[in-house]
Amino acid sequence: MKSNFYEKIIIYGLLLFWTFICLFPIYWTATTSFKTAVNVTQGHLIPWIDFTPSWKGWRNLGLSPGTIFTDSMPRREFFSRFLNTFIISASASALAVLLGSCAAYGLSRFNYKFGPMRNPDISFFFLSQLILPPVVLALPVLILYKELSLVDTKIGMILLYTLTVLPIVIWIMRDQFNAIPIELEEAALVDGSSVWGAFIKIVLPIVVPGLVSAFILCLILCWNEYFLAALITSTHAITLPVMVASQISSQSIAWWNMAAISGAMCVPLIIIAIVLEKYIVKGMAAGAIKG
Amino acid sequence: MANPNFIDRDPLYVVAPSYINKKTKRIGHLLVWGAFILMFTIGLIQALYTFEKISFGFNNWRPLLYSYIFWAFAIGYSKVLIHGEKGKRALFIFPAVMFIISIVIFPMIFGLYISFTDWNLSSFDGRKFNGLDNFYQMMSDPYYWNSLKNMVYYILAVIVEFAIAFGLALLLNSQIRLRKFFRVSFLIPLMLSPIAVSWMIGKSMLEFRFGPAATLARNLGWENPAFFASPEIARITIMTMDAWTYIPFMMIMLLAGLQSLPKEVLEAAKVDGASKWPLFWKIIFPIMLPVSLTTIVIRIIFKLKLADIVISVTAGGPGGATDTVTSFIYREYRDRSNVGYGTMLSFIYLIIIIIFMTILIRFVSKFLQREA
Repeated sequence: MKSNFYEKIIIYGLLLFWTFICLFPIYWTATTSFKTAVNVTQGHLIPWIDFTPSWKGWRNLGLSPGTIFTDSMPRREFFSRFLNTFIISASASALAVLLGSCAAYGLSRFNYKFGPMRNPDISFFFLSQLILPPVVLALPVLILYKELSLVDTKIGMILLYTLTVLPIVIWIMRDQFNAIPIELEEAALVDGSSVWGAFIKIVLPIVVPGLVSAFILCLILCWNEYFLAALITSTHAITLPVMVASQISSQSIAWWNMAAISGAMCVPLIIIAIVLEKYIVKGMAAGAIKG
Repeated sequence: MANPNFIDRDPLYVVAPSYINKKTKRIGHLLVWGAFILMFTIGLIQALYTFEKISFGFNNWRPLLYSYIFWAFAIGYSKVLIHGEKGKRALFIFPAVMFIISIVIFPMIFGLYISFTDWNLSSFDGRKFNGLDNFYQMMSDPYYWNSLKNMVYYILAVIVEFAIAFGLALLLNSQIRLRKFFRVSFLIPLMLSPIAVSWMIGKSMLEFRFGPAATLARNLGWENPAFFASPEIARITIMTMDAWTYIPFMMIMLLAGLQSLPKEVLEAAKVDGASKWPLFWKIIFPIMLPVSLTTIVIRIIFKLKLADIVISVTAGGPGGATDTVTSFIYREYRDRSNVGYGTMLSFIYLIIIIIFMTILIRFVSKFLQREA
């Protein structure tokens, strides 16, 4: 019994230690956004005990209680970037889920022949896109986009992001569809519905949790993507990571401002992680089990 | 397998009338060719206009894009018209295939061409075909080889990440309270953008003068905690930050594997009196091997794209010690606008990746077969 007790202590000790490692940077960012110069340089950590919180960082962003109702340039800029990021990542994820789930369903239900390519080859063709590093596509796409005047547009970004997450959707959804017994659709087909009718009315409602998982994983990846956005966008379609990165490289920017911006950028995803954790875990687990 | 057609039969078998109206068929063909001719005409006009052979045309190549999309839709619709039920089935994968071909294959072919040119976007000369010059330049570019060498280090770090992630997954899988709380907090680093991480950790916590990590290091006896000054330490710091964001990813996959372990085997082993350590090495680890290898392969795929943190924290420094291939090409483009050379570098990188991944996946699947 005694050894069991020590074991418990070690387990909880390790768990708490890692929780600290995971959460401290977030705590640090959150508190730093309420600090003034003195508190930063003296390395104060705990609000109200070590230092008195101030709204300085948030005031410069236009999000403090005093400035929230007045017009503020930085806030307008921040929200336009925020909106860009949201529109781009949500549309790209939606498009990827739409294309990907159709393709995954087709691959799980029908045998295709496309020249010498059979189903396993087509699956491989889709999944191999995951290996393709974005840097290979970036420069040629940039030049093609210039000719098509798609540089610095949301549409251009959406198309690229859809491509980067499409294999992930297909990977997750293929397992989901394989898990559904074919008899369900056969019954619907006997009743006279078409292939697409059976897909939309019978199959899709069953896999809604899988679709949600895939959508959230795509959303996270697109929201955080920096490399392609940094190359393709310049003024109109700038996303949050690009905005934050440009602030990082300018040395003069104050710590409390940076903390406020990078904190505000992460808040939506942290909320998603807390509320929809089940779906995120499910989406990632789908790939692991099947192998 | 008496019936040779058995293999060709779809898992979801549809009895459909094989007869398709000749007229519908003709309309289908007409639609595809009509759309194609429209696209071809627009392309031709624009090409002639660009090369100043004719005086009218469009401002950019957008109309060609629209007609291309129209053509793609026409192909999709005509598939149903021409092949009937079979066409409807093809329509499931057709959009995704078409999408990937348009956004990957076209730019790749175009990229292959520009990789053999000397093309500087900031100069007025435009592009010049220069054969294999980019290739020779690459062979003697120490920074490119250095960044490839760094990628080897970065990939080796995956093993350490894997060990930590496995340990965390075991912890989360043991009998604990507040499991959901721990799982959510362990997951959160994955939600953060590498860019946010590079400020939160790289630029502020590791700040030399008053970052908390530097203060801690000083208190622990490291006199001069400069995390980005010497090449080795800078590389390890970048690895740590990247690991911090991606360990949750590996952990979740491994946890899923642990939770699907057959309960009977574990019970039987416990009844036989197996103690913890041998239980892990003799039973859990071998059963987990397929999941582990999948996790590692996927993690390596993500690792090969590593760039964001490097670009925003160290910009490859000191002396290229933290450069990844992606961040190197990024700077090559940003600083020198050298599209031709950059594309050549990225294509060589792609070839190396394909060879490496093929060997890795072959090796892994061979290994798994022998085990099974």
